[in-house]
Amino acid sequence: MALLQVRDLSVRFVRKQEPTVSAVDGVSFDVQAGRTVGLVGESGCGKSVTSLAIMGLLPGRGTEVSGSVRLDGDELLRLPRRELDRRRGRDMSMVFQDPLTSLNPVVPIGVQISEVMERHRGMSRRVARGEAAKLLERVGIPDPGRRLKEYSHQLSGGMRQRALIAMALACEPRVLVADEPTTALDVTIQAQILNLLRELVAETGTALIMITHDLGVVAGTCDEVNVLYAGRIVESAERHELFAGPRHPYTAGLMASVPRLDTPRGNRLAPISGSVEDNIPWEDGCAFSPRCSRALPRCSERTPEIEPIEAGRWLRCHNPIEEHARNTERPHD
Amino acid sequence: MLRYTVRRLGQLVIVAVVLSILLFGWLRALPGGPVSALLGERATEESRAQLVEQLGLNQPLHVQYWKFVQRAVTGDFGVSTGVQPGTPAMEVFLQRMPATLELSVLALLLAVVVGVPLGYFAGRRQGGWLDNLSITWSLIGVAVPVFFLAFLLKYVFAIELGALPASGRQEVSIDATHATGFYVLDGMLTGEWDAAWNAFLHLLLPAAALSTIPFAVIFRITRASVLDVLEEDFVRTARSKGLGARVIRGRHVLRNAMLPVVTTIGLQTGALLSGAVLTEQVFNITGIGQALSLGFQRQDYAVLQVVILATAMVYVLVNLVVDLTYAAIDPRLRER
Ligand SMILES: Nc1ncnc2c1ncn2[C@@H]1O[C@H](COP(=O)(O)OP(=O)(O)OP(=O)(O)O)[C@@H](O)[C@H]1O
Ligand code: SF4
Ligand SMILES: [Mg+2]
Repeated sequence: MALLQVRDLSVRFVRKQEPTVSAVDGVSFDVQAGRTVGLVGESGCGKSVTSLAIMGLLPGRGTEVSGSVRLDGDELLRLPRRELDRRRGRDMSMVFQDPLTSLNPVVPIGVQISEVMERHRGMSRRVARGEAAKLLERVGIPDPGRRLKEYSHQLSGGMRQRALIAMALACEPRVLVADEPTTALDVTIQAQILNLLRELVAETGTALIMITHDLGVVAGTCDEVNVLYAGRIVESAERHELFAGPRHPYTAGLMASVPRLDTPRGNRLAPISGSVEDNIPWEDGCAFSPRCSRALPRCSERTPEIEPIEAGRWLRCHNPIEEHARNTERPHD
Repeated sequence: MLRYTVRRLGQLVIVAVVLSILLFGWLRALPGGPVSALLGERATEESRAQLVEQLGLNQPLHVQYWKFVQRAVTGDFGVSTGVQPGTPAMEVFLQRMPATLELSVLALLLAVVVGVPLGYFAGRRQGGWLDNLSITWSLIGVAVPVFFLAFLLKYVFAIELGALPASGRQEVSIDATHATGFYVLDGMLTGEWDAAWNAFLHLLLPAAALSTIPFAVIFRITRASVLDVLEEDFVRTARSKGLGARVIRGRHVLRNAMLPVVTTIGLQTGALLSGAVLTEQVFNITGIGQALSLGFQRQDYAVLQVVILATAMVYVLVNLVVDLTYAAIDPRLRER
């Protein structure tokens, strides 16, 4: 059995006086130890909500979570808070999207790192402080002794992200969720952080869930990829398979909008027409149909189901791109 | 940080000078004056003129002010003409200050000790019974005038139930030693525990009345601030680390939530001092508040000047301490 097993995960936000938001709808995937699984999609498609649901970090009020998240076979969604807290930070941890707001501004970085080890590894404050320095060194922060005493506002964006990673790694978790760990950073630092995460997976056998809207990041890190649209997985495949030939029109659109070195300048970006706001609820057919160039009449009548099309590959589409059309498909040129 | 403190102390001097000029002019612009207050309406012209001469009130205003400053820097603020005629004004102030300070400190302590935890738990369980109850209570706290509340407390607990003393600072029969003028502290220093306890009991009702407004404000700010902080990403990060409830509360929520509360506490000093004037009336405490109201009735320039100036200085100093505390909590402010 997979180390982390997500089955039919759904999250709905129910608010008074506001329409219910179905942010995540029937998402299923597995993560094996030592593998990196990507969750990819445009802003608002439910990536962060999925990862927060896995970690049990969604706000309690007005949030309905259903489905199943199993770590080593133990159901996390129905675990009492005390039990969950014994695992969070130790067996599973998370690197958050926005390092500046995710660090406590009035607590020194060192305390924020060592408190995890005091909690889960039974270390004294002094020993944990020493470990924290080693961790900072490992994530590539120079002069860790000084940095430990500093506060988040004294660190650069890249260092903050590294500190957050150090914090997440403090107990050598078996599952690490990285929510857009490089979005806020410039390109060189992006590359360094991705390298760091790759090394980690290779060295410790951590299972990594890599959340991003950037297919370039996916190509550089992931073993498997789940493409999310409006809260549902629309295509899921091994990374090589996916890049060799996307079958879902949305995946193809995402790929066409990635800048590539081999396409001539001036013709580099082919964004998907329309925006996420254009999507329709899945109940009324395919949510992507208002933006899809391959849409058929039945696409807006019958909701496509997710189906296996070959080993390790799933697809949710009435009119997928044919296999022989691989690589030449550019739906919006 | 040191430079900042020095600069703030410099501001204190400027505040003192500006306020003293305004105060000096304003008091003398009020109708009446110490002479008619002392001698009454029917005094002869002669005796009036003599007293005016004696007090130096016939000289031009700027000359009077300059003399006032020259004496003030040596600690001489003139002689009381109305509150305690013949006693140096500074002495009147020093005698009465401990009573007011004791009362205000206990009131503030009550407000903080009750307001902060209540605000935290009300915010934590927003919309729960504790939340609703505390909000109602704090609304009553700000809506009911201190004066009325003081009367009510005195009537119910002192007169009807006889549970607590109705007035004064200490039972006269106790005959305690008063080394500092802070009666509770005096008792503790000399080991006269019954005296200390008695003084404390005398303080309870007035302090409870005086604490209502600061309590209401501190409670509401804490609650709002906790609600804000609970939404912050770093609290979610703390939860993602599986930390215990106590660490999350103390280290991550409260430390951040206290920042606006600390500022509020400083601003409440003003409300406390004005509330003390009314509370001291009701409970017949010979404090600064009483000196102030007597001073106005009897047009005692010397006492009013020293009391108002000293009160303003206390206000500025308390707010300096508040700012330093703020900087101690928030590292982002330390670099100034
Ligand atoms: N607490 C909440 N209450 C109501 N709606 C929410 C809440 N959190 C998220 N949503 C909604 O859920 C949807 C998915 O949000 P999510 O944050 O998962 O997007 P995302 O894929 O992470 O996007 P981004 O790339 O911008 O981070 C959005 O429509 C968002 O408005
Ligand atoms: S189901 Fe239809 S509308 Fe949806 S992606 Fe496939 S072809 Fe396009
Ligand atoms: Mg997100």
